[in-house]
Amino acid sequence: MAKLNLNREPMPRQDPKLRGKNFNEVALGYSTQQAEAEASRCIQCPKRNCVEGCPVDVDIPDFIKAIRDGDMPEAVRILKGKNSLPGICGRVCPQEIQCESTCSLAKREAPIAIGRLERYVADWERANKKSLNSPIAKPTPTGKRVAVVGSGPASLTAAADLVKLGHSVTLFEALHTAGGVLMYGIPEFRLPKEIVQAEVDFVTSLGVELKLDSVVGKLVTIDELLNNGYGAVFLGTGAGLPMFMDIPGENLNGIYSANEFLTRVNLMKAYRFPEYDTPVKVGKKVAVIGGGNVAMDSARCALRLGAEEVYIVYRRSEAEMPARREEVENAMEEGIQFKLLTNPKQFLGDEQNWVVGMECYQTELGKPDASGRRRPVVKEGSEFVIDVDVVIVALGTTPNPLIASTTQGLETTRRGTVVADEATGKTVKDKVWAGGDIVTGAATVISAMGAGKRAAADIDKYLRG
Amino acid sequence: MYEILLKQDLVPNIHLFKVGVPDVAKKAQAGQFVVIRIDEKGERIPLTIADWDREEGSITIVFMEVGTTTHRLALLKAGDFITDFIGPLGLPTHIDKFGTVVCVAGGFAVATIMPIARAMREKGNKVISIMGARNKALIFWEDELRSVSDQLIVTTDDGSYARKGLVTEPLKELLEGSDTIDRVIAIGPSIMMKFCAKTTLPFGVKTIVSLNPIMVDGTGMCGCCRVSVGGETKFACVDGADFDGHQVDWDLLFARQRIYLDEEKCSFEKWQSQFGGSS
Ligand SMILES: Cc1cc2nc3c(=O)[nH]c(=O)nc-3n(C[C@H](O)[C@H](O)[C@H](O)COP(=O)(O)OP(=O)(O)OC[C@H]3O[C@@H](n4cnc5c(N)ncnc54)[C@H](O)[C@@H]3O)c2cc1C
Ligand SMILES: Cc1cc2nc3c(=O)[nH]c(=O)nc-3n(C[C@H](O)[C@H](O)[C@H](O)COP(=O)(O)OP(=O)(O)OC[C@H]3O[C@@H](n4cnc5c(N)ncnc54)[C@H](O)[C@@H]3O)c2cc1C
Ligand code: SF4
Ligand code: SF4
Ligand code: FES
Repeated sequence: MAKLNLNREPMPRQDPKLRGKNFNEVALGYSTQQAEAEASRCIQCPKRNCVEGCPVDVDIPDFIKAIRDGDMPEAVRILKGKNSLPGICGRVCPQEIQCESTCSLAKREAPIAIGRLERYVADWERANKKSLNSPIAKPTPTGKRVAVVGSGPASLTAAADLVKLGHSVTLFEALHTAGGVLMYGIPEFRLPKEIVQAEVDFVTSLGVELKLDSVVGKLVTIDELLNNGYGAVFLGTGAGLPMFMDIPGENLNGIYSANEFLTRVNLMKAYRFPEYDTPVKVGKKVAVIGGGNVAMDSARCALRLGAEEVYIVYRRSEAEMPARREEVENAMEEGIQFKLLTNPKQFLGDEQNWVVGMECYQTELGKPDASGRRRPVVKEGSEFVIDVDVVIVALGTTPNPLIASTTQGLETTRRGTVVADEATGKTVKDKVWAGGDIVTGAATVISAMGAGKRAAADIDKYLRG
Repeated sequence: MYEILLKQDLVPNIHLFKVGVPDVAKKAQAGQFVVIRIDEKGERIPLTIADWDREEGSITIVFMEVGTTTHRLALLKAGDFITDFIGPLGLPTHIDKFGTVVCVAGGFAVATIMPIARAMREKGNKVISIMGARNKALIFWEDELRSVSDQLIVTTDDGSYARKGLVTEPLKELLEGSDTIDRVIAIGPSIMMKFCAKTTLPFGVKTIVSLNPIMVDGTGMCGCCRVSVGGETKFACVDGADFDGHQVDWDLLFARQRIYLDEEKCSFEKWQSQFGGSS
């Protein structure tokens, strides 16, 4: 074997002191030189281990080789052949448990920075769009219509694939902006909205009709869509219902669900209040409950909005945190304080009904539970109070029951997710497919895209019947 | 973009818009609401559906100027556009043949109670309506509400028109009177709804109120609109906005409505200084 280069090219990032005060992107992206250097570390393994780790089978060694050879149009072509949203995946995929975890160099703790390279290719394409001639040939229209509900990554992927196959596609989105969690949840400093918008624009440029402000289940039901000329429906409405803890004081002023806090900040741009008219309470001492990406994003938003102290309150230890490693590190670097093995018992309020404190238990880890993570056990008598003036509850989300409750014959689980075949996305209801968080519960962007892709293929097969 | 087809100034600070939204008009039912956003930088605010015309494809909303968004809205004219208009949201009011139904409306809610009174009447109920306003200048749609009611009682706080006093007074008299009252629907300022519910409680008459907590999406996604009803947390935008007034935790509602007082003031002052003041 040729001599291995185990020096991963670091990602240039905004200085932690500065970035804690602005919403600009934290990771700045590779320069051409850095990208080529990192690409050159790839040993082009004949057994393509990295590809196995990618849920959508990106031809990783091939696009990396194109970068190394300086053939960027070729890199774009290869990457986009499998992944229509590389600018997003390169930024938010949990690569450390996907493609980079299976890279042959992972054993030597220096996997190729596949995500960063992917981002580099996508950013190059955005900057050089005009110089590329559009490779998409107009498909022959099939005359079939498909309704795609929601406009998150699952739906965007399904819609793009279906329209490319010649079907006529309408996207129905409840909010006033398309993009799903990518728009309302993940903050600007991690995923610039301009990039998401460019992807949405790309999908509409293919001929997909986008209907915003359209709450399916209220404005129109799935059954009505099927009775009104749509030959198939894809449900990609995500898991948008916030969970609360159901403990005393949870409705005090100053206690937000992460969904509300992030929606105000990202979708409604409360970080630019009063220029944008939607307010958000920032607080001086902010506690964020949870240990996932949503919790990290909420905490880092609160910090950027001017909170003096921001705590992550998590009932397990750092090792069990479901958030991406990189984002936990970014959060720590920015000064977010971690209160681990801590679980809230109740919230304390003042006479004006504002939250002033959070009483917590200390916990210790017991035996692993169903999720395989060690179960936190409350230590009796360990109660203590944290002073807070804003609390953000980031304990996860489940699918909104709106669709299931207004659609005849959909099967749902106890957790509210819609039952669908894993390989095809087909639900038990005739002509209805589903994919993404609505099926899996809160998961990842790339798994939602994969589900959208598989469903599109099956819908196409069905429509051509 | 949704076009304002018609504007009427009902009283100096309460206005009516008819907006072209064919799909929403097709589905609208009494008691539902819409969420609107004037433009890119605007806030999303909920407004009750006051009427609809399925053929024309229009929805009527009636709103009172209270803060930045509603003041800005009041400046729009027929032919102007509203960027976002989302609905119909919330559960429709439960309409059934109850017997005698009393509909109580305070302030701008005269408009929002109209479709409910009408639907109750069409179901065969005897409808007695009570409408209250602060003073004579704020009275509107008296004839309209009378036309869908078997009986109409009007009150003004200051006695400048019709009966002097609050809506709870005639409500109490009706409950004490010889007619059995089978149901009360009270819509208006939260404090008025609270006192209507308090008035009916000793008589054991089911009282439906339409709660108006602060909302963002209006689809059950944020939890901003949480209210406590019968000791349980509910999201008003999807579980309501109608609830049993006897079960509502009113103090919680009042407190949560005040969360952004400082920011609302800041926003309004900024708007006034930029655009030369309120109307
Ligand atoms: C704050 C946050 C951070 C995250 N960070 C990461 C990360 O770093 N990496 C990662 O891989 N994943 C991350 N995730 C998870 C990831 O974003 C989701 O798994 C993914 O977006 C799911 O895609 P989806 O298409 O299934 O649904 P969503 O993205 O949830 O989109 C669903 C869309 O459907 C719309 N909708 C809902 N109901 C209706 C209806 N009735 N009618 C019409 N439209 C409707 C919604 O408004 C929404 O736009 C994060 C999630 C959050 C909330
Ligand atoms: C289901 C529902 C139906 C409603 N129907 C009507 C109606 O038909 N006509 C009408 O005039 N008003 C109605 N309202 C109230 C209306 O939404 C508020 O008056 C409006 O949002 C005020 O916005 P603003 O910017 O003008 O004032 P602001 O200065 O921002 O706020 C003034 C007060 O209005 C309330 N408010 C502020 N923002 C919101 C928000 N996003 N959602 C709800 N309340 C808010 C707060 O209590 C606040 O203190 C309804 C509210 C709800 C929840
Ligand atoms: S899509 Fe995600 S998992 Fe696949 S190669 Fe790209 S970054 Fe890795
Ligand atoms: S496994 Fe790693 S080193 Fe091998 S081809 Fe894939 S990215 Fe390159
Ligand atoms: S307004 Fe967001 S859940 Fe009701």
